[in-house]
Amino acid sequence: MRPVSAWGRLSADPHAVVELGDRTAVGAALAHGHPGIAQGLGRSYGDEALNPGGTLWRTAGLDRLIAFDPSTGRLACEAGVTLATIQDLFAPRGWGLPVLPGTRFVTVGGAIANDVHGKNHHLTGTFADHVTSLVLQRTEGETIVCGPDRRPEWFAATAGGLGLTGVIVEAELQLRRVAGPWLETETIPYEGLDAFFRLSDESADWEHTVSWIDCTGVAPLRGVFLRGRPSARQDGTWRPRRLAWPLTPPVSLVNRLTLAPFNRLYRALNARHAGRTRRVHEVPFLFPLDAIADWNRLYGPRGFRQYQSVVPDEAAVAATGEMLSAIAASGEGSMLAVLKTFGPRWPRGPLGFPRPGVTLALDFREQPRLERLFERLDAIVAAAGGRLYPAKDSRMPRRLFEQGYPRLAEFLPFRDPGIGSSMSRRLLGS
Amino acid sequence: MRIVVIGATSAIAEHCCREWLKQSPADLLLVARDTAKAQRIAQDLAVRSPASTIEVETVDFLDPRAIDALAERAAARPIDIVLIAQGVLPPQATLQDDLVQCRDTLAINALSPALFAEAFAARLARAGRGTVAIIGSVAGDRGRKSNYVYGSAKGLVARYAEGMQHRFAGTGVAVVLVKPGPTDTPMAATHRSAGLKLAPVEDVARDTVRGIAARRPVVYTPGRWALIMLIVRHLPRFVFNRLNI
Repeated sequence: MRPVSAWGRLSADPHAVVELGDRTAVGAALAHGHPGIAQGLGRSYGDEALNPGGTLWRTAGLDRLIAFDPSTGRLACEAGVTLATIQDLFAPRGWGLPVLPGTRFVTVGGAIANDVHGKNHHLTGTFADHVTSLVLQRTEGETIVCGPDRRPEWFAATAGGLGLTGVIVEAELQLRRVAGPWLETETIPYEGLDAFFRLSDESADWEHTVSWIDCTGVAPLRGVFLRGRPSARQDGTWRPRRLAWPLTPPVSLVNRLTLAPFNRLYRALNARHAGRTRRVHEVPFLFPLDAIADWNRLYGPRGFRQYQSVVPDEAAVAATGEMLSAIAASGEGSMLAVLKTFGPRWPRGPLGFPRPGVTLALDFREQPRLERLFERLDAIVAAAGGRLYPAKDSRMPRRLFEQGYPRLAEFLPFRDPGIGSSMSRRLLGS
Repeated sequence: MRIVVIGATSAIAEHCCREWLKQSPADLLLVARDTAKAQRIAQDLAVRSPASTIEVETVDFLDPRAIDALAERAAARPIDIVLIAQGVLPPQATLQDDLVQCRDTLAINALSPALFAEAFAARLARAGRGTVAIIGSVAGDRGRKSNYVYGSAKGLVARYAEGMQHRFAGTGVAVVLVKPGPTDTPMAATHRSAGLKLAPVEDVARDTVRGIAARRPVVYTPGRWALIMLIVRHLPRFVFNRLNI
C-alpha cells in the first residue's frame, strides 16, 4: 500500500499499486485485486482514477512504441506512452497528434478514457476521433480489439469511458502531417461576453482558439482571446524551459488577496501583445501550465477542485453570465479561468464530454464553503441543459451526472465488473 | 556509434538506449535473458530511431564460455560502449532464509557482470579503445542490514571496476562505474511502498549516458548521493550500527 493523490491533491489515501510494464502480461495482472482501476500519470483532477484501499493498476510503465508507418502516419503504441513523447519524436518527422489537451503529460490510455479535447476542437474533434483501434483487457480474461469499424460499440463505450470498460493496453493512432511546431498567434483583449462570442465566430478558420477571463469582476467581463494557426515560417529554435514548483506552501497561494492582482497583471502582460501577430512555439502556446512542473502544489496542502462545464449554445450567453456572477460574488476563483467554444460535433461515446456549446473551466482552492458555490453553479448548468467534465470532477451530484449524460444507459452494459473507482461508486453506485 | 547493452531489459539500460538514440542513430546490440521482452524493447527503439540498427541476442548470463563467445562475435565490428546493467533485488529477508536464492542473487548481481566486463575488456584492449560501463549501486558503498546481499554483490562490482580502471589507466579503454541511488524502476517496486523517494529512471539514464560520454570513473546519480554516501561511509561504527537503515 502506498499513498496516491490525484492532480487536485484533495486526498492521499493508501492504494495497492500494481505497476504494469509488460503488455503481454496485463491479463494476468488484472486477474485479481478487484475492484481495481487503471491510472496513467495521475492527471485527472478528482477521483476518477482513485480507489482508496483497493487496487490501482499503474499504466505509465506500458510506455513502448510498437510500430509506425511513415506512409500512412499510423502509430501503434502501448497505453502508457505520453503525448509529449509522441510529439517530441514525430514532430521532426513531420507528423503530430491532431488533438492535444492542455497538458502534454498525459498517457494515450488516459486521453482515450477521457476522450480529451484541445483548443482546436472545432476542427479536429476529440482524441478518440483519431484512434483507429485499441486493445482492451477485461479483468475476467478477455482481450477485446475494437475501433470505429471493429466492434464499434465497445470502442464508443471505451472512448470517454472513465477506464470502466477494461484496461486499455494498446492503441493505434492516426497522426496528421504537420509543417512544424511554430504558430502564428494573436492576442486580443476584450470586454463583455458578446465580444467573446463575436471573436469566437470570427475565428472559425483559426486552428486554435481559447480565451482567458478575469473571474474576479463581472461588469464588464474582461478577457483575453488567444488564437493561433500554423505559421508559414517554420524555422527557428526553441528551448524548453521547465521549472518545478519546489514545495507545498502551508496555505494556498491562490486566495482572496492574490487573485485580483494576478488577474490584472496577467491581462496587462497580454495586452502588450495586442494588435500584432506573433510567432510562438506550440509548446508554450498550447501547454502554458506545463512550464511549471507540480504547479498543483500552489494551492497548498488542502488541494483544489476544478469545475468545468459545457452549456449548449442557445443558453450559453445567459448561463455563462450567471455563473461568472456567482463566482465573482463568492470571492473565490482561479488564476486562469478558461472560456472556449466547442465545435458543432458530438463525441462518439455515451460519456464523452465535449458537446456543441461553450465550456468554462476554473480551479478553486479547497475549502468547506466551496460546496455552496458549486451547488449554485450546478443549478445553472442543469437549467441550461449542460454537463460537467468527469476528468476534472470530484463532487458532482449523481443526479446532475445522469441529467448531463442521457446516454448513460447505453454505456452500462460495457462496464467491467472487476473495475471500480471512487468516481464510479459515487456516480454509478458501484 | 556501436553500443552493446548487457541486461538490456533493465529499466535503466532501456532508458539509456532511448537517451543515446535521441542524440543520434546508433548500432545497438541488446543482450538479454528474456528474448520476448528484449524484442519488445528493440521494436520500441526501432520506432524511436528508424535509422538505427538494433539486434537482440539471448545468452546464459552465468555461462563463461557463452559470454566469451558472445563478446567475440560482438567485437567483429568495433565497439564504442559496453553497458553492463543486469541485476535483481529480492527482499533481503528472503535471501537470508533461502540460500539458493541468496546464491542466485549474488551470481547475477556480481559474478555475471564481472564475467561480461572481463570478456569485453579483452576485446576493447585488443582494439585499443572503447568504454566499459557497469551499473553498480550506492548500496555497494557500505554493508547494511536491509540489503547486504545485493549491496555486497554491488560492492564486488565496484572493486572489479576499480581494478580494471587501474589496469587500463593511460590507455584508450575507459571503465565507468555508475552508482544509482534508489530509482523508480520495476526492480525497486517493492521498495517504493516503504515511502522511499525514488529518482526518475529518465534522470538516472541521462546522468549515466553523460558520465559514459565524459568517461568519468565513478558516476553517482542523482548527484547528491555522492555526498550522502561519503557521510554514510565515514560514520563511525558505533553510530552506524544504531541506525535502522
